[in-house]
Amino acid sequence: MPDFLNVSRHLSPEERSVRDNVRAFVDARVLPIIGDHFERGTFPTELVKEIADIGLLGCNLAGYGCAGLSEAGYGVAMQELERGDSGIRSFASVQGSLVMYPIHAFGSEEQKTRYLPEMAKGNIIGCFGLTEPDYGSNPSGMRTVAIDDGDSWVLNGTKRWITNGNLAQVALVWAKVGGIDGDVRGFLVPTDTRGFEARLIHKKMSLRASVTSELILEDVRIPKDAILPNVRGMKGPLSCLTSARFGISWGVIGAMEACFECAVDYAKHRVQFAGKPIASHQLVQAKFAEMLTQITHAQLLVLEVTRVKEEGQLLPAHVSMVKRSNVRSALEIARMCRDILGGNGITLEYPVMRHLCNLETVYTYEGTHDIHTLILGQHVTGIAAYE
Amino acid sequence: MKILVPLKQVADPDNANKIKVTAGKIDTTGLAFKPNPFDEYAVETALRLTENAANTKARLGEVVVVAFGTKDVDVMLRGALATGADRAIRVDATDDALDGDLVARALKAIVEKEAPDLVLLGKQQVEGDSNQVGQLLAEYLGWPQATFAGSIKSEADKALVVSREVDGGTLNLKVTLPAVVSVDLRIVNPHGVKSMHTAAAHAYPEGVRFAALMAIMAAKKKPFAEMKITDLVSDASLKVTYGSAELPPARKAGIKVKTVAELVEKLKTEAKVL
Repeated sequence: MPDFLNVSRHLSPEERSVRDNVRAFVDARVLPIIGDHFERGTFPTELVKEIADIGLLGCNLAGYGCAGLSEAGYGVAMQELERGDSGIRSFASVQGSLVMYPIHAFGSEEQKTRYLPEMAKGNIIGCFGLTEPDYGSNPSGMRTVAIDDGDSWVLNGTKRWITNGNLAQVALVWAKVGGIDGDVRGFLVPTDTRGFEARLIHKKMSLRASVTSELILEDVRIPKDAILPNVRGMKGPLSCLTSARFGISWGVIGAMEACFECAVDYAKHRVQFAGKPIASHQLVQAKFAEMLTQITHAQLLVLEVTRVKEEGQLLPAHVSMVKRSNVRSALEIARMCRDILGGNGITLEYPVMRHLCNLETVYTYEGTHDIHTLILGQHVTGIAAYE
Repeated sequence: MKILVPLKQVADPDNANKIKVTAGKIDTTGLAFKPNPFDEYAVETALRLTENAANTKARLGEVVVVAFGTKDVDVMLRGALATGADRAIRVDATDDALDGDLVARALKAIVEKEAPDLVLLGKQQVEGDSNQVGQLLAEYLGWPQATFAGSIKSEADKALVVSREVDGGTLNLKVTLPAVVSVDLRIVNPHGVKSMHTAAAHAYPEGVRFAALMAIMAAKKKPFAEMKITDLVSDASLKVTYGSAELPPARKAGIKVKTVAELVEKLKTEAKVL
């Protein structure tokens, strides 16, 4: 791990232990198989039980069979998972931050006891339905509606770019109550409900070791108590996204590390011109200097945001800054490393191209780079450019 | 069964290309450290011997881990507690004030106090590869020893059948407990350890187990004792001291010769092998 300023000294022994343990898991179980899954375009379902046994699902939540990690502990766990693959980290982010977290924060006691322990064990997989085909960066324009039909809710609409969609037993679907002018509310929809269909999205060139789906809800009738009782409006889904983006900001440091370590190793062994390794070339060294600086920036920024979060002072704009900055750095680093690896950089024999392709998605999902730019712009000027 | 497992923290072998030697001393700045892999296998072995694999949460024995080092080794000991060990002991010491003999003598004092049925340890640590502590400890205790265990079968927790690989086959030794056993890599294969508690057909995942994150947090509450080496031995002097270290010389570029005659000439006069 490039840890130029020994940032890990700010982690507790338990947090370091979490990091080392997830790291060992990724080395032993993820890295040997992930390239093949990526090439075939399959999610490694064989890892779900072990990921759950380690306690990675909903690991920052307390009680209900969850590990109750600190914010930094959750961060380093996401970092190490994404050192394996962004798709594996996305699986855990969606399960933990986008489905278990809102149930934990906004659910009824009955919903918590029904879902959380089973989701922590990996027996129930969840997906998060917010984005729609025509409403991505502007989710509040969503067209999915939930109609009150006496003793049940009836949902209609389409959701797209839904990670875990075809794996899930439960979908947390955000819909407007009563019609498209209604309040946004969250609904826990069992995916075997009549009228619910998940369609796999094919031909992806990124996050290939992850399941991405379209959800189609046609007169999906669910019980009255399937609604998340304790949140209304866009605050619900946005608070989930803030939690997941925080994990992404840590996660991409793992992707940076995987690329950086690979490129350093490659450059020291690849010999060109006068029998010297390319690591001795000035242009290559300049890239490493730049990358080490960017990684260090990313580590310091996310650590400080973590402390602010632990102190209860976190603003969504803080998370916008760290998600935007760290993902951009990760993408730039992946591209530089791909360059250093030359032709070898485009193959799955090395992790770099896989991370590079994945990071193109990470750059866009959970609030695109540009949207986070505008959130920060609004923070500075008080003027929302996207309204 | 009560098992004592000594652990050592070593420089990550993946660091090999980062090691620097300054004025005859190894410069450890910037190196990553990790538990000695063979010692991790010993912890895994101890856990397998003290559980029913069908329910690993119910511990059916006691595993005590001990390490010599500064506070830097706490993470390693906590890691062992998180995977299932019951107690940890850290003997405060720095590496330059230790040798295999002193560690064995201090372990003897711990064994006499703890009275385990078995001391399980890695066959050697991967820094110095000295491969001494287990053997010295068995000698000082007057206990039977079996080294380089590739598999272990517990017979009613009274005796162990220890297999070690030798040229052309496997050597099976039966040792009566209490004993000292050092383990080799193969012990963590799915069938490396057979305990009286686990169904014989059970296959473990390859390698050592991963701690559950919840157990990492819970490990904070497990007993963790600290002591000084002088609490254990009156004479902390060393029998082996390291003089100086040097890196292998860098390989020099070869030369090209034009003719066979010139080659023979160089082999005679320069290489002096003919």
